Amino acid sequence: MKFVDEYRDPELGRVLAEKVQATVEPGRHYKIMEVCGGHTHTIYRYGVDDLLPKNVELVHGPGCPVCVIPMGRVDDGIVVARRPEVIFTCFGDMMRVPGGEGSLLEAKAEGADIRMVYSPLDALRIAKESPDREVVFFAVGFETTAPSTALTLMRARAEGVDNFFCYCNHVTIVPPLRALLESPDLRLDGFVGPGHVSTVIGARPYEFIPADYGKPIVVSGFEPLDVLQSVYMVLKQLGEGRCEVENQYTRVVPYEGNRRALAVLSEVFELRTHFEWRGLGFISQSGLRLNEAYADFDAERRYEVPGVRVADPKACQCGEVLKGVIKPWECKVFGTACTPERPIGTCMVSSEGACAAYYNFGRFAREREVV
Amino acid sequence: MTRGEPTDAPVADTPPAGDPAVGGRERDDFDHREREALARIEKVRSMPARFRDERITMAHGAGGKATHTLIEGLFAPAFDSEALRVLDDAASLEIGGAKLAITTDSFVVKPIRFPGGSIGELAVNGTVNDLAVSGARPIAITVSLVLEEGLPSDELRAEVEAIAAAAKTAGVEVVAGDTKVVERGKADSMYICTTGLGQRDPRARLSPASLEPGDRVLVSGRVGDHGTAIMLARGEFELGASIESDTRSLWPAMDALLDAAGPALRCARDATRGGVASVLNELAAQSGVAALIHEDRIPVHPAVAGACEILGIDPMYVANEGVLVAVVAADAAADALAALREVTGCDAAADIGEVRTEPTGMVIVQTAFGGKRVMDLLVGDPLPRIC
Repeated sequence: MKFVDEYRDPELGRVLAEKVQATVEPGRHYKIMEVCGGHTHTIYRYGVDDLLPKNVELVHGPGCPVCVIPMGRVDDGIVVARRPEVIFTCFGDMMRVPGGEGSLLEAKAEGADIRMVYSPLDALRIAKESPDREVVFFAVGFETTAPSTALTLMRARAEGVDNFFCYCNHVTIVPPLRALLESPDLRLDGFVGPGHVSTVIGARPYEFIPADYGKPIVVSGFEPLDVLQSVYMVLKQLGEGRCEVENQYTRVVPYEGNRRALAVLSEVFELRTHFEWRGLGFISQSGLRLNEAYADFDAERRYEVPGVRVADPKACQCGEVLKGVIKPWECKVFGTACTPERPIGTCMVSSEGACAAYYNFGRFAREREVV
Repeated sequence: MTRGEPTDAPVADTPPAGDPAVGGRERDDFDHREREALARIEKVRSMPARFRDERITMAHGAGGKATHTLIEGLFAPAFDSEALRVLDDAASLEIGGAKLAITTDSFVVKPIRFPGGSIGELAVNGTVNDLAVSGARPIAITVSLVLEEGLPSDELRAEVEAIAAAAKTAGVEVVAGDTKVVERGKADSMYICTTGLGQRDPRARLSPASLEPGDRVLVSGRVGDHGTAIMLARGEFELGASIESDTRSLWPAMDALLDAAGPALRCARDATRGGVASVLNELAAQSGVAALIHEDRIPVHPAVAGACEILGIDPMYVANEGVLVAVVAADAAADALAALREVTGCDAAADIGEVRTEPTGMVIVQTAFGGKRVMDLLVGDPLPRIC
């Protein structure tokens, strides 16, 4: 596949692995967090871990949009989905996320009209095709996906579609990163920084990470060579005593971001004063909601949404996993009570979740051999 | 820690867990605990499946873990017959000295016509293939139709003709049938249920539990064509690619394999729902061996690879309707592969890996990039109603 295979070249991988090997100090242990679930997925999917020296540890971060949705928000969504007039639309992964009262997939089996879509525009199309129903789109994701929701809402308004509503769960990437850096139980050496989020917000917003916290960050693409090269760039900064924001993903990330996408976001959304994150608790100024101009499209204003708050199940340690404090397998229920087919925590649901990635691809210790 | 100070030197406050130089013991302990956690998981996975779901969801029909739970946790214990316990694609029966194979299937594919085939052709080939990979020459099938009120007769006629043509090609006779009609909206155009009868071939010595370390794993063609073709035919993705379903009878491929390898052919499976990945997992588990698959040897049509890449799906989990997975003893593998490649539609057949001893019951992929990972059973349902 052109423009893909180039970034999966095993020869270049070997060359980079040698450069990594030459850069690390043998007596030092390095902890580098890859922020995005997409990076985590790549690391396990391609076995990038296998190419790194043992003293370079990759810690999985909070950048998985499905993983950070708290149970209460799922329950609220199900309440809306059960309304007879509603066609509830969402991405496939969200269907399996357990709330306090089951998942959307179970609500669908019980009779709620819940449909999987691949884009918010699909949901808008359903709304136009079903004028006697009310179509709600369960919007999730960081700044990566928020512009497509915003554009869909702008189109709905321009076309006068009055039976389309957005249940907005969009979040922003910088506040949880700051929360992580403030967290006392995590000691990181640097970050493999968000890739697709940065196509929208650029790399400048991360400048506080080296400036205030003294950690290097390299904005990274999602192919295995991207991740490996970014790890190398972080290690190189550490070795040379540098500490800055670098951009490995220059082929799509402009340092200043995408002005048009940012303009679209501010046209439609406003920051919530606070938003609950799975396992991380409430983080201020970290969630988006529809602003006054788009209030008519806001499902939370349209329907009685109970605003359920459900404490995470006691056994589930998604919070610690999302913060990189523990490895997925260190969770008490990992792989036994919590599996991809019967998930307790969100990290086991999305293919980008650290637990699912480890369970599906990595359930095979690094030093184990196939004999 | 002081802010604004680059952490370019190791901070020696407390020795971090997992630092080989500072705390070698902690690292060992860490690895040890990981191994223990993995062993615990394997133990849980090897326990008999229990069916505990409150309702049937689409996942129960996807051919992955939920389907297995349903079969092993509900059907197999309830019916508890010797033939069923083997959990093979077709059951072996011996009646009055005649060695027979029998299988049954239903088809609910949406849309009923798609590039490369239609529900009628699929119904014949899908049934014939379950017999073929069990080492039985297909002889006869029954066809039962569930039709939706309002179905245009031309569409029905087209499918009946497709059934007749596919049966002729596969060398089976349609010997019995039934028709039911349900109200509009209660079925999607039509569903087809079939039963297939075959005669077990004397050359075949197949058993899913007979895999031995060193055996080679073959696939008979490019993987993922059927599922991808259906997915694109539904028009949900706005991807324009010309991919055709691979629906075809696999008896010619089995015939060639049995000729070339005879008893060295350990086992074959039809890689339908859940794809090649699910078949490999079933075989590894049943034989108590490992499979090591080389990602760069898996044949995939470039358009399928592209579509799957965009959709984030691994072609190894996508359904096929004309691809079998065969495990052959090492010394017969080259001949078997050469024979397979002579068969129409199997020119892309490939040797994709080998059977190993450990980790027991697992399928490991050597990635093209140079790492290793697990390839597990399918969870969830990326593509409902594919056959």
